[in-house]
Amino acid sequence: MEVCNCIEPQWPADELLMKYQYISDFFIAIAYFSIPLELIYFVKKSAVFPYRWVLVQFGAFIVLCGATHLINLWTFTTHSRTVALVMTTAKGLTAAVSCATALMLVHIIPDLLSVKTRELFLKNKAAELDREMGLIRTQEETGRHVRMLTHEIRSTLDRHTILKTTLVELGRTLALEECALWMPTRTGLELQLSYTLRQQHPVEYTVPIQLPVINQVFGTSRAVKISPNSPVARLRPVTGKYMLGEVVAVRVPLLHLSNFQINNWPELSTKRYALMVLMLPSDSARQWHVHELELVEVVADQVAVALSHAAILEESMRARDLLMEQNVALDLARREAETAIRARNDFLAVMNHEMRTPMHAIIALSSLLQETELTPEQRLMVETILKSSNLLATLMNDVLDLSRLEDGSLQLELGTFNLHTLFREILSLIKPIAVVKKLPITLNLAPDLPEFVVGDEKRLMQIILNIVGNAVKFSKQGSISVAALVTKSDTRAADFFVVPTGSHFYLRVKVKDSGAGINPQDIPKLFTKFAQTQSLATRSSGGSGLGLAISKRFVNLMEGNIWIESDGLGKGCTAIFDVKLGISEGSNESKQSGIPKVPAIPRHANFSGLKVLVMDENGVSRMVTKGLLVHLGCEVTTVSSNEECLRVVSQEHKVVFMDVCMPGVENYQIAIRIHEKFTKQRHQRPLLVALTGNTDKSTKEKCMSFGLDGVLLKPVSLDNMRDVLSDLLERRVLYEGM
Amino acid sequence: MNTIVVAQLQRQFQDYMVSLYQQGYLDNQFTELRKLQDEGSPDFVAEVVSLFFDDCAKLINDMSISLERPDHVDFKQVDSGVHQLKGSSSSVGARRVKNVCIAFKECCDVQNREGCLRCLQQVDYEYKMLKTKLQDLFNLEQQILQAGGTIPQVDIN
Repeated sequence: MEVCNCIEPQWPADELLMKYQYISDFFIAIAYFSIPLELIYFVKKSAVFPYRWVLVQFGAFIVLCGATHLINLWTFTTHSRTVALVMTTAKGLTAAVSCATALMLVHIIPDLLSVKTRELFLKNKAAELDREMGLIRTQEETGRHVRMLTHEIRSTLDRHTILKTTLVELGRTLALEECALWMPTRTGLELQLSYTLRQQHPVEYTVPIQLPVINQVFGTSRAVKISPNSPVARLRPVTGKYMLGEVVAVRVPLLHLSNFQINNWPELSTKRYALMVLMLPSDSARQWHVHELELVEVVADQVAVALSHAAILEESMRARDLLMEQNVALDLARREAETAIRARNDFLAVMNHEMRTPMHAIIALSSLLQETELTPEQRLMVETILKSSNLLATLMNDVLDLSRLEDGSLQLELGTFNLHTLFREILSLIKPIAVVKKLPITLNLAPDLPEFVVGDEKRLMQIILNIVGNAVKFSKQGSISVAALVTKSDTRAADFFVVPTGSHFYLRVKVKDSGAGINPQDIPKLFTKFAQTQSLATRSSGGSGLGLAISKRFVNLMEGNIWIESDGLGKGCTAIFDVKLGISEGSNESKQSGIPKVPAIPRHANFSGLKVLVMDENGVSRMVTKGLLVHLGCEVTTVSSNEECLRVVSQEHKVVFMDVCMPGVENYQIAIRIHEKFTKQRHQRPLLVALTGNTDKSTKEKCMSFGLDGVLLKPVSLDNMRDVLSDLLERRVLYEGM
Repeated sequence: MNTIVVAQLQRQFQDYMVSLYQQGYLDNQFTELRKLQDEGSPDFVAEVVSLFFDDCAKLINDMSISLERPDHVDFKQVDSGVHQLKGSSSSVGARRVKNVCIAFKECCDVQNREGCLRCLQQVDYEYKMLKTKLQDLFNLEQQILQAGGTIPQVDIN
C-alpha cells in the first residue's frame, strides 16, 4: 500500500478562493475570540447580570467556534493527522457546546423578553409617579397660597381691608385680570358692585339678585364657571377685540346677621351671600384648573369668616359706643335731676321761711286786731281774714310736709311723751267745734295703754287730729267715738303682721263717726293726694285733700297701717290706724309740750370712782381741774406732758382731759397717738376732751378732725363740768356744751 | 360774846370778799374754786392759790431774764411764759393779772420790748397785790375758824 506522506496539496485548489476563505476564517476567528473578551469585559463592568452561567456557556461556544475556524486555517493546505485530530476534537466540542447552548437558549430567551416587558411597565409607572408628583407640588403650592391669603385676610379686623386684601392677593396668586366682589344691598333685592381689583372707584353697578346665573352660583358652595358675558362679569365696557378670559364666580356667605340682630335690617333670608367674580386674563388661552378653583373656594370661606369677625367687632364697638353715650346721657340726666331736687329743696326751704313769716305776721296781727274794739262788720272781716290765713298756713304746712315726705327726707323726731295727755289734749282741741255742731265726742283709752311712750308726738297728734277733724267735719249729726288700744295682731291687712317686740308696742286708734259715710268704691281714693269725694256735705268744708295722704305717710313712717271701713253711704265710717311706738322706761323726762332732743334715760348723778386722766402743762390749771373732778367724785390722775400722758393712759381711764392751749399742732397729736394705742390693744379707748381757752369754730373742727370727742372752754365751772361729764358718758360725744 | 365776834369777822370777811370782786381782783372762777373746797380738801383754795403765786414768781423771773438784753430778746420764751401765766390766772380767777397778760401777749406778738417790759412790771405789781389781799382774806378765814365760826358763803352777783 502506498501511503503518501508527502505534504503536497492533494487538490490544486483555486488560489484566490483559497485566499479569501483563509482571510475570512482568520477574521471570523478573531471576531469569535474577541466577542467573549468583550462580553467578559462588559459583564465585569456591570454589577448586575443574572445569566453568568449562560454567558460562560456562550463564551465557551464562541471560543470553540473560533478555535474551529482558526484550526481551519491549517486545513487549507495539506495537513498532518494531528491537525485533523485537533480539528475534529474542536468541532466535536463545539458541536456539544452549541447544542447545549441552543437547548439553554430555549429557557433563556423568554426570560429575557419578560425583562423587557417589565422594563416597559416600570417606565410607565415612573412616568405616572412623575405626573402625580407634579400634581402634589401644585397642590402644595396652592395650599401655601391659601395660607398666605388667609393670613393676609385674617390679619386685620377692618372689613374693607379684608376684602381689598382678598382681591389683591387672589389677583396676584392666580394672575387674574379682574376680580370683583358684589355685596347684597340693604333691601336684599340687588347686588351692588362693592370692590374691584383694578378699577379704583367702581361705578355703582347693581344687578338684581334673582338672575339665573346668580342663583346658580348661590346654589352651590363650589366655584362655578360662568359666561364672560353675564352681567356680573361685564365690568368694563367690552371693546370688541378681546377674547375674554374665562370667568369663575363663587358665593361668599355672610354669616353674622341672623345671630346678632342689633341693627334694624330686615331679615330677608337666613343666608345672605356676596358674589366674588374672578376673570382670567383675556387672550391668554388660560383655563381654570381644578386646583385654582379649589383655592378660590377655600378663600371664599375664609373671607366669609373674616367678614363675620369684622362685622361682630363692628357691632360690639357700636354697642359699646351706644352704651357710653347712654351712660353719659344718664349721668347728665342724673346730675340734672339732682340739681333740680337741690333747687327744689332750696326753694322749699326758702319759701318755707319766706312764706311763713308774713303768714305769721298776718295771723298774729289779725288776732290782735280781733281783741280791739270793732264794729260788727269789721269783726266779720277780721274773722274772715283770720280764718283764711289759718287755712293758708295749714295748706302751706301740708304741702311742705308732703313734699318732704315724698322724697323721703322727712324723719321722725322721737321723744318721750305722755300718751294719755296727748289724747286729752286732742280732745280739748276738737271739743269746741264738736260742741258747736252738737256732736258728742267720747274718748276710750284701753287700761293697758302705756302712759309714757317714745315716738314723734307732734306727728302723731297731727294724724289723730286730722282723722278726728275729718270725722267732725263730715258728720252732721250723731256722735264721734275715739278709742285707743294696744293691738297684738292684726288680721285685717294680710301683708302686715304686728309683732310686739320687747320695748315696742302697736297703738291702734279707732275713730268712729256717724256721718255721711263713704261709698266702698271710693275708699282707695281717699288716701291719694288732692282727691275728695264729691258728696254735697263735703263741698262746703274746705281743706286741700292732703290731710289723709299726709297722715298715711306719717303712719307708714311709724311702721304702721291706716285704713277706713264704711258700711256705705249714710252709715258713717270708721277710720283705724296702727302705729309702732316705743315704751319709755322712766318717766322723769315727761314734758307737756315741746320735744326733748334726747331720749329720757336717767342721767348720771355722780361719778364716784370714775377714773379720769388730766393732762395740763400748767400746774395751776391742772390742780384746779383735778379739784373739780375730785369734787365730783372722780378718781383723778394728773400728768403734765404728752409723753407722760401716753405712758400713763390705760383702759381703766374712762375720760382724758387734755389741755390744747399751746399754740401749734403737737397737742392734738396726742389724741391720734391715743387712738392708735387703743386700736392696737383693742380696748375701749377713753373719751378724749380738749380743754381750751377759745372755742371758735376752727378749734372745734380741729378737735373733731383729730378724733377728740369733745371740747370744753376753760375755765370750767362745777355745774358745767357736771353736765358735761354726764352728757359725755351718755352720748359719747359732746360738741354742744360750751 | 364769841358769836358777836364771829359775826363781825364774818361780816368783815364778806365785805372784803365782795370788795375784791368789785375791784376786779377776782372773778367767777374764784367762786368756782371755793365751791370745790369741802371736807375732803379743806385747804384746796389756799393750795391752789399759793401754787399760783409761786408759779407767777418763777415765770416773771424767767421772763425778765429773757427781756434783759435789748438786742437778744427771746420773744418765744416770753410768749410761752405769758401764755402760762394767762392760763394760770384764768384758772384761779385772778382777773387783773389775766387782763395784764392779755395786753402783755399783744406786746409780745409785735415784739415790742418796751411794751413787754412795762407789762412785766405791771404783772409783777398785780400779782403781788393780789397775794397780799388774799393773804389778808385767808387770815380772816383763820380767825373766823379759830373763833369757832364757819366761813360764810359769799354770793357774788
